[in-house]
Amino acid sequence: MKPLVQIEHVGMQFDTKKGPFVALSDVNLQIREGEVVSLIGHSGCGKSTLLNLIAGLTLPTDGALICNGREIAGPGPERAVVFQNHSLLPWLTCFDNVYLGVERVFGGKESKAKLRERTQAAIEMVHMAHAASKHPGEVSGGMKQRIGIARAFAMEPKILLMDEPFGALDALTRAALQDELIGVMQKTGATVVMVTHDVDEAVLLSDRVVMLTNGPAATIGEILEVNLAKPRNRLSLADDAEYIRCRQAILEFLYQKQLKKAA
Amino acid sequence: MSTASLASELGSVRDLPICAQPAQTVTSHPSTSAETMQTIHTPSPTAVPNARRTALRDGTQRVLRAVIPPILGFALLILIWELVSMKTKGIPGPLVVWHAAVALFSDPFYSNGPNDQGIGWNILSSLKRVAIGFGFAAAVGIPMGFLIGRFQFLNKALDPLISLLRPVSPLAWLPIGLLVFKKADPAATWTIFICSIWPMILNTAQGVQRVPQDYMNVARVLNLSEWKIITKILFPSVLPYMLTGIRLSIGTAWLVIVAAEMLTGGVGIGFWVWDEWNNLKVEHIIIAIFVIGIVGLLLEQLLIQLAKRFSYENA
Ligand SMILES: Nc1ncnc2c1ncn2[C@@H]1O[C@H](COP(=O)(O)OP(=O)(O)OP(=O)(O)O)[C@@H](O)[C@H]1O
Ligand SMILES: [Mg+2]
Repeated sequence: MKPLVQIEHVGMQFDTKKGPFVALSDVNLQIREGEVVSLIGHSGCGKSTLLNLIAGLTLPTDGALICNGREIAGPGPERAVVFQNHSLLPWLTCFDNVYLGVERVFGGKESKAKLRERTQAAIEMVHMAHAASKHPGEVSGGMKQRIGIARAFAMEPKILLMDEPFGALDALTRAALQDELIGVMQKTGATVVMVTHDVDEAVLLSDRVVMLTNGPAATIGEILEVNLAKPRNRLSLADDAEYIRCRQAILEFLYQKQLKKAA
Repeated sequence: MSTASLASELGSVRDLPICAQPAQTVTSHPSTSAETMQTIHTPSPTAVPNARRTALRDGTQRVLRAVIPPILGFALLILIWELVSMKTKGIPGPLVVWHAAVALFSDPFYSNGPNDQGIGWNILSSLKRVAIGFGFAAAVGIPMGFLIGRFQFLNKALDPLISLLRPVSPLAWLPIGLLVFKKADPAATWTIFICSIWPMILNTAQGVQRVPQDYMNVARVLNLSEWKIITKILFPSVLPYMLTGIRLSIGTAWLVIVAAEMLTGGVGIGFWVWDEWNNLKVEHIIIAIFVIGIVGLLLEQLLIQLAKRFSYENA
């Protein structure tokens, strides 16, 4: 099958006050349709930079990114982003935040009633129907992140990009949202690229874990295939041999091969 | 409220949530409700009035603490004023001024020709000038602020001009106004326009420049139209800054109008002060000082309330 996203010899160089800074160099990756890929690596290695390149929020200084056969030249609704800090507009209700994206993608083709229906369905999918009319300031951090996810899914993107979607949440909420995300991904068969710091999260959610070397000039160090059947259940996985093997492989990469010198 | 007294009240105030909590769990376990309901309600006749009494005591104490210092402040002012008026000939004491004020405000809206009108009319016509001048300033300043905030080129082009003109007293522009408009009234409005426009432009521009990058990223990912960006993202996030600009503008405008009217004459609180000075009615001047202060305070409070309404706790 032809990959949905092709990342070819991509390099990213930032111009800083102290001169050019090479964040990424020679990154090559292919993402297939329906695949869940997570990016893991030490802080500052360039995970967000790579995700922003796929999103089109920044353009590479080297190489090319191709999505669905076309070069990525800027952001677009077919590549929805769930931001780390949810980025909901505080003056719109949760419903209107989701509606804004829905309207943009389907507004030309569908009636208002249908658009509202889509919005409602997305909000129900993340179990937030009870808070749809609230403003983001009135709901908890976990709920905001749920709405951010609903906004992204409601746009029915070709690919969903998430930058540490649960990074700011406590462990319990994070686990609940991970389970929710597993359900949503199962239902929609979405293609997902997710940045994470969390080894368990990476193994639990993804088909492949892409491990980045330390920057500067970070690149892909290893790619791990997670051969676990879906849907996955965190409790029964705890002593699964494949799960333990994957976990071990990532930990080894992060804490032996790429041990971060004390920063 | 001091922490010590808060701590001492806390013990008794706690009764309230404690007897409220089981009542909530009752609704989720209807099977045991009858039984629990009774055990809750038995202590309540004593607990609730007790809590209510402490809450009442708490409330009155808070009010007293909030009210006493300002009252003392005013009392001090009146005392000093009384002393000064006893020592200085020509400055009327508080009581004289009070009686004059009662007489004055018993008929605030009389009109004996253009040069002798009630204080109400004077205040209203000053406010009208401020409103008109400010309205024009907002109509010009807000769009200009948006443009300057959005386009770096315009910012660089206009920034030195604004920096040069902003420190100039708006009264220095009064002769230009007189020259152009040939009449006193629009010239006074013109000075209001000049003094109001700078805070409007600068605050709006700053608001536009400070729109969080996250929101702009949302706009880019959703690929929103320029119109949607303006109405759904730029305008709401700039609004608090704009309201700050409005508040500053109106504050200065109210300062400037008094001076401008002294120079231009006509009907208005500033002119009225000048007129009463010519009539040597010093008590009226003192009344005017209070009136100007109170009106300014009300305007400020009004705009603060408005700003509160439109500020978003973004956590
Ligand atoms: N706009 C920029 N200008 C200059 N340098 C940048 C810019 N964006 C990122 N960098 C640098 O590129 C490197 C990678 O940053 P990036 O944000 O991608 O890291 P990250 O892996 O997402 O880290 P974290 O896990 O802490 O979020 C860092 O050293 C960072 O300082
Ligand atoms: Mg990052």
